[in-house]
Amino acid sequence: MNKENTVRFAKEIRLETAKMLMMRGFGHLGGSFSIVETLAVLYNDIMNINPSDPKSEDRDWFVLSKGHAGPALYATLALKGYFPKDWLMTLNDNGTRLPSHPDRLRTPGVDCTTGSLGQGSSQAVGVAKSFQMDNKPNRVYTIIGDGELNEGQVWEAFQFAAHQKLDNLIVFIDENHKQLDGLTKDIINPFDIRLKMEAFGFNAMRVDGNDVEAIYNAIQKAFLVKEKPSVIVLDTIKGQGVEYFEKMFDNHHIRFAGESEMMLKDAIEILEKEVSE
Amino acid sequence: MKIIRAIEQKKPEFRAVYVETLMELMESNPNVVNLDADLVGASGAAKLFKKYESRCINMGISEANMIGAAAGMSLTGKIPFIHTFAPFATRRVMDQLYMSGVYSNSNIKIYGSDPGFWAIHNGGTHTTMEDLALTRALANITILAPSDATQFKWCIKKAADTYGVFYIRAGRKSFVDLYDSSSQFELGKGIILEQGKNVVIYAIGEMVAEAYKAREILLKEGIEVAIVDMFSIKPFDEKIVKEMSQGKSLVITAENHSKYGGLGSAVAEVLAENAMSTPLRRIAVQDRFSEVGTADYLQKVLKIDANAIVEVIQSSLKTD
Repeated sequence: MNKENTVRFAKEIRLETAKMLMMRGFGHLGGSFSIVETLAVLYNDIMNINPSDPKSEDRDWFVLSKGHAGPALYATLALKGYFPKDWLMTLNDNGTRLPSHPDRLRTPGVDCTTGSLGQGSSQAVGVAKSFQMDNKPNRVYTIIGDGELNEGQVWEAFQFAAHQKLDNLIVFIDENHKQLDGLTKDIINPFDIRLKMEAFGFNAMRVDGNDVEAIYNAIQKAFLVKEKPSVIVLDTIKGQGVEYFEKMFDNHHIRFAGESEMMLKDAIEILEKEVSE
Repeated sequence: MKIIRAIEQKKPEFRAVYVETLMELMESNPNVVNLDADLVGASGAAKLFKKYESRCINMGISEANMIGAAAGMSLTGKIPFIHTFAPFATRRVMDQLYMSGVYSNSNIKIYGSDPGFWAIHNGGTHTTMEDLALTRALANITILAPSDATQFKWCIKKAADTYGVFYIRAGRKSFVDLYDSSSQFELGKGIILEQGKNVVIYAIGEMVAEAYKAREILLKEGIEVAIVDMFSIKPFDEKIVKEMSQGKSLVITAENHSKYGGLGSAVAEVLAENAMSTPLRRIAVQDRFSEVGTADYLQKVLKIDANAIVEVIQSSLKTD
């Protein structure tokens, strides 16, 4: 990978996401920002994709199980050329093709409809199983939130993935340590997620989810493991990449007004500068 | 639509029909896969699992994941047939049926077995009287409640050939044979099995046979009863309901389901929306739960058998 390129791509994703949320005046900033680096690595350096033919049969699949981070995915897809960038400014508009949660029937490049938490995990294992049955080389990537681990369905999906030896599947768990109502450890403590996943039969790693190189290297390691699904637990910060929002406690869904609006404006200006350098 | 009334009472088990039909489908279409949630022993699909090992998956006791994974498979071109008991195929997984299923426009085919009184000795916990009410409220779904083995087979094949989410509810044991094996059906088309000038019974599933029994009894009293098989719950044949209800003294619905949200409600909606004043009586499970028991016993206590139909018709016509 060209680290500089990917870091820049991450900044572009964060910038476009911020602009969408600024335009809308509210949105899921915290969980969108925490997955930006992972999206940058996947779409820039890892996945076999064809933005001009989003449904091409040989593509790799991406399932954003934590669907509320839709804006970050839309920014990524637009930057990759799946659809015109000006669509981004229609986020959550009446009749938009970019609803708050990803919808495969509305947005080019969205492989699975998600938003009701837990369900993307099952769709992802189903897609992976299908490719395994047909001996196809397509890979499946999914990002699950740490709060989403509250949902029993993800553990059903994990058991299935390990039992079926889905080595074409890489699960990312975005451990940003928070869910809507507060810290995950205060609501339903997930304890050591990596250890849990190892016990569930996964090849389990944990990396700094802000470090594109670490994410890239973990994926390369996952590729070497056969007959086991891999999980990469991403140690991230909710609101990652903009200090003000990292420090804001209630940053799951933010309404931008007063100070938070100013800070988002500042962040956009800084990111614009950094991206144009 | 070509319908030939069968004379023989062959009574193949529905689960045998399911397996035999899937055997044919899997032979002819490599995209058909079969999923079960630790009920292979109950569905009798072991034969399928043996013959098509790589295309049959026991998902374990995890119905939510089964619906979601099947939806995922379908997006890559597979045609997953899913079996579990009707309560777990609907009540337990409503949100998966919604988001991963119909809202995503995935292509999954669900056989919910042993609805209503067919839960027999599994009792109230395993009984669903709500599956039609729940699934009818979903957009973009086809719901079928076949009344005999031939029709069940047709439903399975139609599901394989038609893109979209299908929910097929039926017991696992045998029903009375109603149709000759060459019969053809249509989605959204009810089947007029008998004409009769006084009363019309719209029935589904095993209740079609009960309607026949009731008809025989009532004929002796000079009451003529028409019978319509409404196996296609969604799409629903509103036209046939309008036509067949016209001029009757009484409309009856008969279903192995709650009186809320199922066939009775569907017929009531048609009558009301067309300002038809024919009185309606619903032979369905009243607002109560089921219990353990034999099928005969449960049909009796739940008041969803031929006797219940006869009593309601007799008393309604008397008071009218």
